[in-house]
Parts: sequence; structure tokens; C-alpha cells
Amino acid sequence: MARRSRIKTLKIDGRDVGAHEDQTILQLARENNITIPTLCHIEGLSVPGACRLCLVEVKGWRKLVPACATYADEGMEVFTDSERLRSYRRMILELLFSEGNHVCAVCVSNGHCELQSLAQHLGMDHVRYPNLQPVRLVDMTHSRFTLDRNRCILCLRCVRVCDEIEGAHTWDVKGRGVDARVISDLDTPWGESPTCTTCGKCVNVCPVGALVEKGRAVGEMVKRQEFLPYLSSMREVKR
Amino acid sequence: MTTIYEELQEQANAELQKRHTHCVRVCMAAGCLSHHGDTIKKALEAEIEAQGCQDDVTIKGVGCMGLCAAGPLVSVEPEGILYEKVTVEDAADIVKSVGNKPLKRLQCATNVPFFKRQVKIVLENSGVVDPESLEDYILAGGYAALDKALTDMSPAEVIDEVVISGLRGRGGGGYPTGLKWSTVAKAISDTKYVICNADEGDPGAFMDRSVLESDPHRVIEGMAIAAYAVGAEQAYVYLRAEYPLAIQRLKMAIRQAKRSGLLGDNILGSGVNFNVDIRLGAGAFVCGEETALMASIEGKRGMPRPRPPYPADHGLWGEPTLINNVETFANVAPIIRNGGAWYAGIGTKESKGTKVFALAGQIKNTGLIEVPMGISLNEIVNEIGGGTPDGSQIKAIQTGGPSGGCIPNQYIETPVDYESLSELGSIMGSGGMIVMDSSSSMVEVARYFMEFCKTESCGKCIPCRVGTAQMYNLLDKIATGKATSADLELLEQLCDLVKNTSLCGLGQSAPNPVLSTLRYFREEYLTKIVDATDKQSGS
Amino acid sequence: MSKVTVATVWLDGCSGCHMSLIDMDERLIELAEKIDVVYSPLVDNKTYPDSVDVAIVEGAVSSTDDEAKIKKIRAHTKILVALGDCAVAANIPAMRNPIPVRDVMDRAYFETADVQPQIPDQVVPSLLPIVRPIHEVVDVDVFVQGCPPSADTIYYVITELLAGRKPDLRNRTRPGA
Repeated sequence: MARRSRIKTLKIDGRDVGAHEDQTILQLARENNITIPTLCHIEGLSVPGACRLCLVEVKGWRKLVPACATYADEGMEVFTDSERLRSYRRMILELLFSEGNHVCAVCVSNGHCELQSLAQHLGMDHVRYPNLQPVRLVDMTHSRFTLDRNRCILCLRCVRVCDEIEGAHTWDVKGRGVDARVISDLDTPWGESPTCTTCGKCVNVCPVGALVEKGRAVGEMVKRQEFLPYLSSMREVKR
Repeated sequence: MTTIYEELQEQANAELQKRHTHCVRVCMAAGCLSHHGDTIKKALEAEIEAQGCQDDVTIKGVGCMGLCAAGPLVSVEPEGILYEKVTVEDAADIVKSVGNKPLKRLQCATNVPFFKRQVKIVLENSGVVDPESLEDYILAGGYAALDKALTDMSPAEVIDEVVISGLRGRGGGGYPTGLKWSTVAKAISDTKYVICNADEGDPGAFMDRSVLESDPHRVIEGMAIAAYAVGAEQAYVYLRAEYPLAIQRLKMAIRQAKRSGLLGDNILGSGVNFNVDIRLGAGAFVCGEETALMASIEGKRGMPRPRPPYPADHGLWGEPTLINNVETFANVAPIIRNGGAWYAGIGTKESKGTKVFALAGQIKNTGLIEVPMGISLNEIVNEIGGGTPDGSQIKAIQTGGPSGGCIPNQYIETPVDYESLSELGSIMGSGGMIVMDSSSSMVEVARYFMEFCKTESCGKCIPCRVGTAQMYNLLDKIATGKATSADLELLEQLCDLVKNTSLCGLGQSAPNPVLSTLRYFREEYLTKIVDATDKQSGS
Repeated sequence: MSKVTVATVWLDGCSGCHMSLIDMDERLIELAEKIDVVYSPLVDNKTYPDSVDVAIVEGAVSSTDDEAKIKKIRAHTKILVALGDCAVAANIPAMRNPIPVRDVMDRAYFETADVQPQIPDQVVPSLLPIVRPIHEVVDVDVFVQGCPPSADTIYYVITELLAGRKPDLRNRTRPGA
């Protein structure tokens, strides 16, 4: 049976666009070259709606909605770039920078970091909140990779890719609030993890310099994410 | 032919025949229990043996009698004499007084507003029935509503009654219960679930705990009626592990109900199957949020997810799910028994029925009360609650816990309903009500609740995870006299951000205590602000 | 017409930002016609003048000396520019913040010392408990990120300020580069 999908017509930033009913506002915006910033979202993995950077305004709706988790609907009028949204996005980035060690100058991901480039494009020129100075452990026990929790922004991409694509579920989260951190298995050192397959998917989806390959110097770590849409579409076919 | 329910009634009546002319009720809910209610009960039992009146007097453990401040409480029935602050040494005198003159030195007046102004629906059995006895519950009219629903009503008729009653979610949101039920009923699926949210976590709130400790069968009955109405066969009670007594009593009630054919396959011979299981929460406040709660039941980390899809459509394990809290379910049986119109006759136009409140803080009569919606704060706090212990003026009333706000004394005549409270920048919430007098610093109150939100944030979304931590630091800076007006501005901006961009209700409402104290007590913040030419040292 | 007075200041940083400043090369000569450098690690004057139009500050606030200096500078300056990541975000100097000062000093002056292990308590200013970016100590007017900001960026900032505009740096620099 041929798959059928209804078409919805709506407006994004004043432009008339047509969408499939199963398309999110984020997918639709990207299709139409409208940039909505994201951090936790990555095509091919489930949608946590956690980073709140992709929040957009919809005319007549009281609340802001995450573009990644909101589906296109008939007659919607979406605004992706108001002064209010820009200000919220900058504040969210400032909060992220205030939470850990995001010193770009000595980071292997310098120049290839999604957080860094968002800070630049959204015009976050300084952080108004004092740094929270958390003490977080670095895990270098794995033979090929390093986890620096001080650089982690808890986007949970590693947790999702390991669970949803690799099927290992090595990663999960421990603790609450600003003490929440990524752990392998039941908080055992990564190098001793009986479930990790050393596939490296978590490293490649990590948007920042938290999960990196060993032996890289500043600016040398370039992540390769091309595999993800391919693997996740193969997974859908198999079902 | 007698029905299964009639058989149960006969058994209960047979139980009643064995009882004696007098009954001494001893409060066995957590408050009085912590003052040795159980040893008092044992002492009373030993005393009737010693005085040889075991054929005239029954000793019965019951649930919460409400006036926790005067506990341990003991009452003598049928005379309705209430004794307060009872000790083990009083046991002999109490037993001697049964059938004779009341014991003046222990007697607690019951013709006072605390007892007279209350309207008990949810708590009608609390302090009356033995929470560990199914027969007692049936004697009090228990499970009649379930029997009525299963035998005389269609699921649609049950939902109609709930819609007519105007009942709204008592967990804090105030969403119309009938609408929620009809949405889940409409969802098409072979499997549906009912969840009872008993993850009560607001500081100072103990309504749900008390209902489960005092009248667990009432909640099971409400859930069974709901399951019949929406077409579910399985229910879960998500109950926090910090409530061991509630867990124990609910477990016992489930066992009794299963044994009597009130739970399991073909309940009450109706052909309907219904089961209840308990899932224990591990101490996370955020698991009271419905999507986090469902993740936790599924065995995942308790973190909220974006809504829609709502649980009614895509809930537990992806199936349509009805989630209500304990007090909401406890309202269901009386509504079915007496009809929705009866319930709608109580309360105000938009807020029907009664609400249970836990009175705490600077108030004489701390404890649990149930009042009709629309009653004023003044009546609750000053008449029922008896005002502050030293008679000084109330400064503010905090409702809704960490998601609520502080209402200053000038609004004390405000009627308690969903709309009026939210207009004042607070919320009805689940029923915590903390009274503050002039000794409370409002900046410190805001800091206390922010500390709570900061440590209870699940850490998933950035505004709540880091925003609450930064807001706490700023409030601490203000409270300790180190902040400038620029810091106050930062705090207000963060309130706006966290309120409007957080993922779930916990984050969205976390700024409320700050916003409401800033609205009514801004001068308290301003007097603590130092305005130096350069910024302050220290972090 | 009198020239615009400019000061450059070196707090806790590696001096890389000053190197970048000098990297403006021949453009320095062009700027010299419009500005007067009245205070700088690169000039002889060691006392901060009473009134300066623009102060360009490199480095974070790490010591009691830095703190006193930046407060004085703020009081005598019209426009204060935080130059580079250390000034803007405390950057690498702040990586000691999670560690108590005492442990930092022990590491530097005892554990790794070959001769005469001792903590200097004279002439050298004492460290503050934590390192902070300039805007947490005094108000800052212009933030220029980069480690270091390029000579082009610095030239742009100075010429925009000379033209009476606030520089828009969004696509010219970023943290770390």
C-alpha cells in the first residue's frame, strides 16, 4: 500500500510553506533554508526537546514550543527569530557556558564545536552569570576515547545513539540538577565497561569536546556524523 | 439471587454484630503514630482486659482525625468525645470514663470552627473507619459506587456524572477530570492504563499521604470506577517510598480487595477485569510530573518529555493512559454514589466540591482540613486554623509549594478557588498551605523554595538545570546583603527565562515563589541591595 | 584637534592579546595619527592618567593587585574594552578555580620546587580565591572575544570606536579563536 500523507499549509516567518503532516517545524524550516538553532537535536535520533534553543513562537499560542517536537499544522503562523527568542537563546547559551569548563582555547574541538559556533552566531559576547565551578571527573580509562564531563552540556546524544542505534545502552545519566552527569553502565570506569563496543558513535555525535578521541591536540578533533541518517534509516527499513 | 456486593455487605454486617456498645478510636496516621499512637492503642487494649470491659468496649485504630497539632488523638464513640495529647498513662482513666462522664482534663472541644466549618467528602471516612479493615469500609458505604457503576451505568454515563460534577484535578493543575476521562475513553487501543499519582512531594503537604493511610479502599474504588469508564484493566499507583505506612496500608487494601473479588478478573461478577499494582518512587520530586512518572514506571530515568503527545493519547508504554492524583480519585466514589449534580452544588461556579489542605507553619491548628471551594483564606487560616500561635498578625500565606506563591495578608478575604489564586500569582496546587508571620523574611522564603527546585531539577533542560542554580546563587547573594541592583535585574530576567522556556511544569513554575514575593514584598529585596560604585567581591 | 587617549592594560593573561595588537603592523602608524597611547606595558609611563578615553584590557582578575588596578582604571576611563577571552571569560587563568588557592600554591612552590621551596609573600601580590572576568568586578563597555582576537579584529574595534560607533563583532571573532 502506498504511504499517504496529508499536506498542510502554514507560514514560517511570513513565508508560505507546504508541509507533510508528519513533518516538524524544525524539519520544515531547514527544508526552506530558515535557520533555527539546535543543540540536543540530531537527525536520526529520538527527540528529547531538552536544550530549548529551538523554541519558536506560534501566533495565538500562549506558550513557546520546541520546533523539534512540534508538528506542522494547517494555518499555523510560526515566528523563529523574534528579539524575544534571540534574547532567550543567548541566555540559554550563557547558562550553559556558566555551568562548566568551556574554555575553547585549550579544547581539542576548538573550531569544530557546535556550542562555540552557536555562541558566535547568536551574538553571545560574554556570560553575565558567574561560573558555577563544578568539580567533575574526567574519564580517561578507555583505550581510544576520553570523556571530559567538564565540557559536557548534557544534550544526551551519546546516551541516545548508544541505546537507539548501537543497542548497547552503555551511557546513562546519574544525579540531579547541576550534579547530573553522564555515566557508563552503573558508574563504572568507561575502560572497564562490559557493554561498550568501542564503536565510537557517541564520540562522533557529541557536539562539543566532551567525548573525544585520544591523541588529538587543540582544534584537531573533527566529528563525523554522516553515518547517522544512514544507520537510522536502515533500522527503520528492517522493522 | 444475591449479588457479590450484597454478600460482602452481609459479611460486613455480621462483623458489626460482633461489635460492642462503645468504640474507642485511636488515631494511627503518621502524625499521631509518631507520638506513640500505637503504644497508646496497646495500653488501651491492655486496660480493657484489666478492667474486664472487653465485652462492652472495642478499641479501633483509625486514620487521620485532622487536628494533628493536638495529637495523639483518641475519640470515644458513639458519644463523639475527643481527647487530645493523650499519653500511655491516660489509658486507665479513658477506659474508666467510657459510658460515664467525659474526662475533662483531656477533652478537646469539638464545637469549634476547626470541626464545624469543615465539609468532609474526601476525608469523610478518615478517623472513622479502620484503614486496615475492608468490612469497616463497606459498612461506611464503601464500594457501593463501584457496584452501582458496574451494574447500573454504562461507561459513558459514569463519565457524564464526573463531567456534571465539575471535578477538577486536585494534584495542582486543575484540569477538568471529566474531560480527561472522556479523552482517554475516546482513544482507540486494546490496552489502556490508569495511573494514580501518589508522588506527593511539596514541602509541608501531606494530603495524599493521609488519604492513603486513612482510607486506602476509597482510592482503589475511585481507580476501579475510572478504569471501567475509560476501558482500562490495569492500574498503577505511583507511590513515594518515603511513605512506608501508606504503602503498607495500600498493599493490605489491595490484598483484601483481591480476596473479595473487588480486584482481579470479573470484579463483582460484572465481567470487567481490573488490577492494581504499586510502583514505588525513589525520591525524585520531578516524578510527580506525569511524563516523568510514566518514564519511571517504565523503568527509565524519571525525566519529563515534551507534550504533546499527551498521556491520554500516548502514555505508559505508548498506550492511552489516564493519570489522576490521590485526592481526585478519592472524590469519585461519592460523586457516583450521590450524583454529579450533588457535588456541583458545593463550591463556586468554576471550582466545584471541596479541597483538602494541609495547614502548616505559624498557625495554631496545624493539621489536615477539608473545606468547600470558595471559602476565604481568612476563614481557613484564622477561623479554622486559629490564627498564629502567639496571636500576632499573619504576614503571608504560601500555597502551592515550590510551584506556588506567597499571598500577602491584604488579600486574606480572597476566596479559595483555582482562578482567584492564580490571579494573585499563586496556585491552588496540591493543597499545601504554609502560614508565615512577621518573623519570616520573604527573600529567605524564596531562597528556600529555589534551593528545593535546584536540587530537584532533573537536569534535562538547560533553563531549569542551570537557571535554578543561578537564581539560587543570586537569591543567596541578596539574602546575605552582597547583591547590587544589577543582580536583582539578572534575577528577574532569569525568572522570565525559566518560566517561559523550561520543558516541564517543575521548571516553568520554579520562579513563582520569587515572582510573587517580588510582587508583594519588593521592598524586602530592595532593603538588602547594596549599591556600590564597583561590584562586590566574592562569588 | 587633540588625539584620543588610549591605554592598554595587561592583567592575568599570556600577553598574546598585546602581541596581536602589535600584529596590526603598518596600521599602527596610521592609528598613531589619531590616538595617543598614554599608558601601556609597551610605553614608559607607569602611572595611570587621570582621564583616559579608551582602555583596552587584556587578562583576567586573579590577584589583589589586578583587582585594585581594574577598579582604578574603571574610575578614570570613559570606554573600557575587555580584550580577549581572559578578560571576557577568565579563560585559562580561571581553570584553577575549582582548586583551593593553597593547593595551587603548594603545587607551584613546594611540590615542583628544586631549591628553596617557599611561598612568596613579598612584592608579589597574593592570589584571590577565584579568578574572575573583568565584568564581574567592574562594568565593561565592549567585549572582544578571541584567544587572541586577530589584529584585524582589534583594528576594527579601535577604528569603530574612533568613529563613535559600538563595534558589532558577531562575525569577526568567537571564543577560542
